[in-house]
Amino acid sequence: MEALTNREKMEMSFLEEVKRKSGEDPNLCYQCLKCTAGCPTAPYMDIRPNNIIRMIQMGMRREVLGSRAIWLCVSCETCGTRCPNEIDIGVLMDSLREMAIEEGIPAQERNILLLHQAFVQSIRRGGRVHEATMLIDYKLKSKDFMTDLIPGMKLFLKGKIPLVPSLIKGRDEIKRIFEKCEKGK
Amino acid sequence: MKFSYFPGCTDHSTSYEYGRSTLSVLEALGVELVEIEDWNCCGAAATHSINHLLSLCLPARNISKAQSAQAGPLVVPCAGCFNMLKRTEYVFKQDEVKRKKIEEIVGFTYQPSFEILALLDVILNRIGLEKIRGRVKRPLKNLKTACYYGCALVRHPKITHFDDPENPQSMDRLMESLGAQPVGWSYKNDCCGADLALTHGDVVRELVGRIVLMSQEAGAHCIVTSCGLCQANLEMRQDLGVPIFYFTELMGVAFDVDGRDRWWKKHMISPKRLLDSLGLT
Repeated sequence: MEALTNREKMEMSFLEEVKRKSGEDPNLCYQCLKCTAGCPTAPYMDIRPNNIIRMIQMGMRREVLGSRAIWLCVSCETCGTRCPNEIDIGVLMDSLREMAIEEGIPAQERNILLLHQAFVQSIRRGGRVHEATMLIDYKLKSKDFMTDLIPGMKLFLKGKIPLVPSLIKGRDEIKRIFEKCEKGK
Repeated sequence: MKFSYFPGCTDHSTSYEYGRSTLSVLEALGVELVEIEDWNCCGAAATHSINHLLSLCLPARNISKAQSAQAGPLVVPCAGCFNMLKRTEYVFKQDEVKRKKIEEIVGFTYQPSFEILALLDVILNRIGLEKIRGRVKRPLKNLKTACYYGCALVRHPKITHFDDPENPQSMDRLMESLGAQPVGWSYKNDCCGADLALTHGDVVRELVGRIVLMSQEAGAHCIVTSCGLCQANLEMRQDLGVPIFYFTELMGVAFDVDGRDRWWKKHMISPKRLLDSLGLT
C-alpha cells in the first residue's frame, strides 16, 4: 500500500485513495448484495458492506471511516470469495481501518481496536503473543474487567493461559521489523 | 517424509491439545517434523487489521527461517497462521515491488518454489488416505461428525488454494477413512465470529449457537475443527454440550495412540462421555 503525502490526500478523492491503498476497485460493484448476504456480522453493523462500497464511491469519507462496520468486520472473506466482480472486500476493510487510524479518527468500536493493539504490542514485546499480559493490558485500557471472568478463570485452571511468556531470541529482529513498518509507510 | 513445522503461539496455550495430538499422530505415521528455529507470531487478524506491511513482514520472517532450515515444505496446523503465511506468499508471487520491500525489511530472499501447506492438506495429499486407513486400529464406528472448516482454511481461495471454499470435503473424507460418518450440513464454513469473542461475546454466542444447533439437526454427535480459535469459540459459547474435537484428536483415537486422556482434560466440554458411549475410549 502506497504512503500518500498530505497534499496528495487533499487532491485525491476518497475513492481514489481507497483504490490506491487497497489495490481494489469499488467502482466495479453493481450492488448484487452477495457480500452483505453472506457477512456474519452484517446484522450487527451500522452500515452494511454493500453500502460501505457505495459510500466509498460517493466520497463519504467521514461516514465510512467513522463507522462501526469497519471494526466489526472479522475478515472471514466470505464477501471477497463470492463477489462476482472479484472485489476483495476483506482487503478493502483492512485499508479502511488503517486509514481511520492514520487520520486519527477514533474507532467507533473502541474495544476492538484496543484489543488489536494489545495483541500487536504483545508480539512486539516477546516475538510471540503472551495471552496473560495481553489480556491484562487490554482489560486495563478498555476498563472491561468483568466480561468473561469465569471462562477466563476456567481456561487458566486448565493450564491454557501460561504465566511465563515465551520470549524469542530474535527480539531485536522483531523490534527492527516493527520500526521499519511504522516509519516508512 | 520430512516437513518444517510452524506450531504458532496457541500451541503452548489455548490450543495445547491440538499441538500435542498433531505431534502424536504424525509420529505414528512416521513423519518427521523440524520446528522452525526461533519462530515468531504470524501476526494473526490483529496485525493485518491495523498495519498491512507489518502483517506481511511477520510471516515473512518465519518463511525466511523455514527456507534456511531446508527441512522440506512448511506445514502449519493452525488455520489462522496458515492463512497469514499464505497471504504473504500471495503478495510475494503477485507484487514484485512489495516483495522486494519485505525482503529488504526482513533480510532474506524468497524462493518461489518454497511450499506452505495446511496440516489437513499434508494429511490428505502428501501422506494420503491410503496410509491413514492402514494405520487405523480402532475405527470410529458410529461416530457422526460435523466437519467444521471455518474461514481461514478455505478463504480467500486465491490465497489458500485448498479445497472448495463453499463445500469443502477434505476433513469429511479424512473422517470417513477413520471409520466415522461425516454428516452433510450447510454450516461447515460459516464464521464463528473469531476474535469478536473477547469484545462482543454476545455476537459470537449467536453465531456459534446457530452453528452448533445446525450440527445437531444434521444428526452429528460432535463437531470437528482445524482451528484453535474456532474450537475455543464453539466450545465456550454454546449451551448444548456438544463436544468439539480437533481432527488430529480423532486421528489419535483411531490410531489408538498413548496419552489421549491428557488432551480430553484440556477441553471445556469433555468428550469422554461421548467416546465411552461409542466404545472409543
